[in-house]
Amino acid sequence: MSSSDRGASRAVEMVEPRGGLGVAMAAIVKRDLTLAARRRSDILNPLAFFALVITLFPLGISPQPALLASIAPGLLWVAALLATLLSLDTLFRADFDDGSLEQLLLAPQPLSALVLGKVAVHWLMTGLPLALMAPLLGLLLALPAGSYVILSLSLALGSISLSLIGAIGAALTVGLSRGGVLLSLLVLPLNIPVLIFGTGAVQAAILGDPVGPHLAILGALCCGALMLAPFAIAASLRISING
Amino acid sequence: MAFDSLDAFFAMGGYGAYVWSAWAVTALAMVGSVVHARIERRGLLRDLERRARRESATQRKGRDAS
Amino acid sequence: MWAFIHKVGSPKWFYAISGRLLPWCWILAVGLILVGSLWGLAFAPADYQQGDSFRIIYVHVPAAFLAQSIFVSMAVAALVFMVWKIKVADMAAAVMAPLGAVMTFVALFTGSVWGMPTWGTWWIWDARLTSMLILLFLYLGVIALRGAFASRDSGSRAASVLAMVGVINIPVIKYSVDWWYTLHQKASFSITSRPSMPVEMWWPLLLMVVGFYAFFIAMTLMRTRSEILRREAGKHWVRELAAGGA
Repeated sequence: MSSSDRGASRAVEMVEPRGGLGVAMAAIVKRDLTLAARRRSDILNPLAFFALVITLFPLGISPQPALLASIAPGLLWVAALLATLLSLDTLFRADFDDGSLEQLLLAPQPLSALVLGKVAVHWLMTGLPLALMAPLLGLLLALPAGSYVILSLSLALGSISLSLIGAIGAALTVGLSRGGVLLSLLVLPLNIPVLIFGTGAVQAAILGDPVGPHLAILGALCCGALMLAPFAIAASLRISING
Repeated sequence: MAFDSLDAFFAMGGYGAYVWSAWAVTALAMVGSVVHARIERRGLLRDLERRARRESATQRKGRDAS
Repeated sequence: MWAFIHKVGSPKWFYAISGRLLPWCWILAVGLILVGSLWGLAFAPADYQQGDSFRIIYVHVPAAFLAQSIFVSMAVAALVFMVWKIKVADMAAAVMAPLGAVMTFVALFTGSVWGMPTWGTWWIWDARLTSMLILLFLYLGVIALRGAFASRDSGSRAASVLAMVGVINIPVIKYSVDWWYTLHQKASFSITSRPSMPVEMWWPLLLMVVGFYAFFIAMTLMRTRSEILRREAGKHWVRELAAGGA
């Protein structure tokens, strides 16, 4: 007997008692994707923010291509990181407000796995679009040729970790009315390793160094976050909702 | 003794301002922590005492009334 | 074993035992720090390269050690609280966070002051200073999160989760910052990684480090006792204590 069966018998009237973990996760992914498709502004806002921040830098620093090219990897990565941060507040907020997060907690499947589905959708809706959009903004910053693919790749890989780590902060602050600033205080320091190796990969690509090691470390960070973060997210959600 | 005179000790070989400011801030932080902890403890004990007195007073009043 | 853990974890027992330990911790801390200070400031020989400015090491290094150790202790206390629901562990974690933040600030300040005579500038994005700065933000996050919750229990548990997440991340952050620094490092030398230190310089440093640790233990015991009085104010034994004028 699997644990989900036992859990289902404890919760008296589950509609899908046969539903294994895969079914539940697929259902969550499908539901969140549908919701995201209905609220398109939630997807577009981080992208617009990303573009806007990148526009500010040439205005604030200097329009000289040489200068911009030298700081472009860092600027793009920092701006993408902030855009991800901006989108985190919506990760659990709507579900918390309408009570569906509590339903998630009561589900017979382990919460840490279900939460992983939600984070996956978050990455699909913010991390991936940001990564795809970054080369376009790199063009504006005169990013040297040959580093565009690596920029996208490092952002796509790194933003998985950003979503996972950010979800911990979002879960911890979802019950608080003024969680926004606190969320950034909690999440930003933890994101620093991803930022360092992400920009490192792009800089290596510009200099013509091998980018494999950087991407490998980004992948390792991602694996570590995938292993540990779901448990922290689940524990944080329990605290935020039962507290 | 690494210094010839008290003046040399305070001058710290020309680095007096740096050395003494670093040490002063450290000492201030540590002493400040201790003072804060003492004030906190004193206040808590005073609150507890006041509470105990108030409770015994209400108990006595209750006994007098009955 | 279980009975023992829960006995130590009971606030009443902890209050009694820590009260007996506390004076010894203070004696140890004050004694070691006074002797170490005098030794380090007046008797240790000046550094052949940095002259007397190296005497900042005797406050910078112990503070930096403490800053990191306190975070680890806080995470261990948080783990004990989350696994065994021992309230005293959470009280200890709660009082450790501000002390850790203060020590991190002290390490940053002294490091920066030390940077002026050595590097000619108040701040350098040196690997150690940068990690220290990030550590300060982690401390501030834990303190802010604990205070943000309306119910104390939620705040305790949220801060515990964050402390554990933070302590897992600290090695990763340290490693990546070190790597980042070696990548961008121009020709310069690090003040704290000297190949060998003469014994006469090393002894006072050891005394200071041990003294700082004793100070940390004494402060934690003292403030945990206060925290017990605050949280257990309604309990019978605390009221008896207050009535006894202790």
